[in-house]
Amino acid sequence: MEKEDKILVVENLRTQFFTYGGVVEALDDVSFEIFNGEIFGLVGESGCGKSVTVASVMGLVQKPGKVISGKVLLEGEDLLRKSEREMSWIRGSRISVISQDPTSSLNPLFKIGYQVSEPMIFHRRVKRKAAWAEAEQLLLRMGVPDPAGKARNFPHELSGGMRQRAVIAMALACNPDLLIADEPTTNLDVTIERQILNLVRQLQKYLGTSVLWITHDMAVIAEMCDRVAVMYAGNIVELSDVRTIFKHPAHPYTVKLLNAIPSAESTAKELDEIPGAVPQLIDPPSGCRFHPRCERAMAVCSGEKPEDVTIEKGHMVACHLYS
Amino acid sequence: MPEPLVECREVSKYFPIKGLLRDVGNVRAVEQVSLTIHKHKTYGLVGESGCGKTTLARTIMRLVPPTAGEIYFNGQNVLTFDKDELMKFRRETSIVFQDPYTSLDPRMIIADVVGEPLSIHGIAYGEDREDMVLSLLDKVGLKPEHMYRYPHEFSGGQRQRIAIARALAGDPEFILLDEASSALDVSVQAKILNLLNRLKENLALTYLFISHNLSVIRHISDEIGVMYLGELVEQGSREQVFDSPLHPYTQGILAASPKLDPDKRTRSEKIVLKGEIPSAINPPGGCRFHTRCPMAIPLCSQELPALRDMGEGHMVSCHRV
Repeated sequence: MEKEDKILVVENLRTQFFTYGGVVEALDDVSFEIFNGEIFGLVGESGCGKSVTVASVMGLVQKPGKVISGKVLLEGEDLLRKSEREMSWIRGSRISVISQDPTSSLNPLFKIGYQVSEPMIFHRRVKRKAAWAEAEQLLLRMGVPDPAGKARNFPHELSGGMRQRAVIAMALACNPDLLIADEPTTNLDVTIERQILNLVRQLQKYLGTSVLWITHDMAVIAEMCDRVAVMYAGNIVELSDVRTIFKHPAHPYTVKLLNAIPSAESTAKELDEIPGAVPQLIDPPSGCRFHPRCERAMAVCSGEKPEDVTIEKGHMVACHLYS
Repeated sequence: MPEPLVECREVSKYFPIKGLLRDVGNVRAVEQVSLTIHKHKTYGLVGESGCGKTTLARTIMRLVPPTAGEIYFNGQNVLTFDKDELMKFRRETSIVFQDPYTSLDPRMIIADVVGEPLSIHGIAYGEDREDMVLSLLDKVGLKPEHMYRYPHEFSGGQRQRIAIARALAGDPEFILLDEASSALDVSVQAKILNLLNRLKENLALTYLFISHNLSVIRHISDEIGVMYLGELVEQGSREQVFDSPLHPYTQGILAASPKLDPDKRTRSEKIVLKGEIPSAINPPGGCRFHTRCPMAIPLCSQELPALRDMGEGHMVSCHRV
């Protein structure tokens, strides 16, 4: 594929947090790329580095954290070399984020209409009145009933689903190249979750925006994504198109994780368990970070960090079993 | 048929809305719910937030008095228990809550967290108590050295194990699990669900398992009740509810939940439940679901459908079935 096809390329990203307890190696050599117009999923359990990846891409890693090395290329430009001023232009106009909790990403003191029009005023220099009118239009497209009325409401007057729609409207206000959705449906009920999933899919088809979809829910990945990367303890352990991950998972962690989920497809009374717990990243296990919990671990696993192996076109796995 | 352990008969719970001088209305949280939980079975109660799952469970546990209706535990009316009987009831039943970060006292060591019910019910003191705590910790897969640590030293899954050990302390017959696995990661959730299933087998327990997660409910339950806005809309065995759902709401939530298979993606064109759950302060008349129901007819807004048996204990309240 040509460089132009890729909206975001992350190369060998390494982010660490310098705490009193020691250096937390939150991201260890994370690489992936997102093609134009696709939904790319990043899945993993709490503490695996999903959110740190988002923060690193957005240039929002706070002290004591620091991006040590790597590249984040947005259409070929390295975001890690940008100044804070340049980044604040990019955030909201070229990359925007929908976060997990719509309540805390909206300011309780401002009306919805203003908050949705703010990025237009800031980034596109649209006049307030025109921006407000555009915000109402945008809310209508998000499937908000009575958008003119809702625009005059404060966040607390809306339900959770409506707030999330307002946040999505805000994120799309400047027609970004890349939309990062960080667990956007985790706090919502099933029927509302379904509405939001369908909405994002329709918008994505219509606008052609590329989406980085972050979640811990494999079922949401199966519903939404074109390609997916599985993270474990700061590493991407497997990356492929979504069907391959579910039909032929290769990494032992992916296999275990899929078997641990209760689902209609499996009727087993016992769920698969992964022994032990997610490791502390202050002192991560040597070699492959999954080896202490892996049933198929070999001698080499504790000594050497596995290389990324391409076992099929577009199917990458970091495991010694395949090298 | 196994014996019933818990029986609710037309239980309602209203919360008054206080005005300046008098009550100005009611939040009708639970409306005429009848259900039976059989011995050694897991009853799964599922529904969206605000549908009254937890209020119903709290009413069953006699933590809040019901506005109307009767609750029986082992054939005895829970609502007429005197002080001694209530104490015995508290020992025979226990609760595990959703969030193991807030349900454990941060200033108590685990030996006290788990041992407290033993002292309260006069089961064991001193060294006997320590021995019993040890065996309880062993049952839930924790180690003896964990006894003298504080809750903050444990991970989420371990804390939930501690909460389960505490719930088991009085050797209960019945445990209410209120979203007990919802705050946990999938791999941790799998361990807790397996543990709960093992304990149920080994100790002959009966569970009331509350969750909004359909796959978890399907995995753990023998019988399932689906609630919507305070009403029980469908009830039946796992197979009945999941394989041949009758109520349009049950069908709706089953169709809406994401599937773990990219080939079974829900098409966007497919009917999804529109709108949101209405307020329980002024719930819609007739069938409460009629405002969102794709199959509603005029009768639905006028008359409340009764819960009817459609054969082999599969109960549904809908005019269109």
